[in-house]
Amino acid sequence: MKVELLWWEGCPSYPETLADLRRVLRDEGVEAEIDLVEVESDEQARAERFPGSPTVRLDGTDAIPPPETEPFSLTCRVYRLRDGRVSATPDPEDLREAVRRIDEHR
Amino acid sequence: MNIGDEAPTFSLPDTDGAEHGPDGVTVVVFTCNHCPYALGWHERLLQVARDYPQVTFLAVNPNDGERYPTDSYEAMKERVAADGGWPHPYLRDESQAAARAYDAKTTPDVFILDADSRLRYRGAPDGDHRDAAQNANWLREALDAVLRGAEPERAETEPVGCSIKWR
Repeated sequence: MKVELLWWEGCPSYPETLADLRRVLRDEGVEAEIDLVEVESDEQARAERFPGSPTVRLDGTDAIPPPETEPFSLTCRVYRLRDGRVSATPDPEDLREAVRRIDEHR
Repeated sequence: MNIGDEAPTFSLPDTDGAEHGPDGVTVVVFTCNHCPYALGWHERLLQVARDYPQVTFLAVNPNDGERYPTDSYEAMKERVAADGGWPHPYLRDESQAAARAYDAKTTPDVFILDADSRLRYRGAPDGDHRDAAQNANWLREALDAVLRGAEPERAETEPVGCSIKWR
């Protein structure tokens, strides 16, 4: 599985997501390197179709797809935890579900 | 700006165009519309404003509204209107001069000024933007101390949030 974590330095949340992602991959028995991709400009954000930091991609697909209207820019992503709370990081259970979904279809 | 320093004054328009600035004991929160940290702490900060009516509470949005249209002055007006009003003014720092004068780093970034305009607290509202139970307790503890004329025990914490979107 190709695993990417796209991040921007203006958001302090990616280390937590990186730790969550490592834990989920380990728990699910998925051996994969995590490719850390720093997004540094609006141009790069558009080229990478980067909706904000942090963004996790599994085999090129956003683990938690944003709304189609979401612009691509240097910004922090707004996630919702499963209980509805606003969060700067995705719910680890959503990451787990995405890893399982991709893994099952390989 | 260090704890104990005199804070810069400012006068900025709210979402109705009325000008506001620090007056007496004042909480200045640099914040915005789009940041998950600002959104996570938003309700807690509104509640602080409701719970301390004797304190001037100013939310200030300094983000570049051209690159980030969700933080434009128009978007600020729409947000406050959609909420049916806020208990405190939401100010537009179009030139970003106030944010620069305060050396604000993130949204949110909280400053408490005493009645002599001296900085008494700077940092985060509490320890976790996702945990409503924390109730902006760092801000409340510092504000309680300032209101009784004492030094806050925890005068500085690390501001946590999205970087301010400078022009």
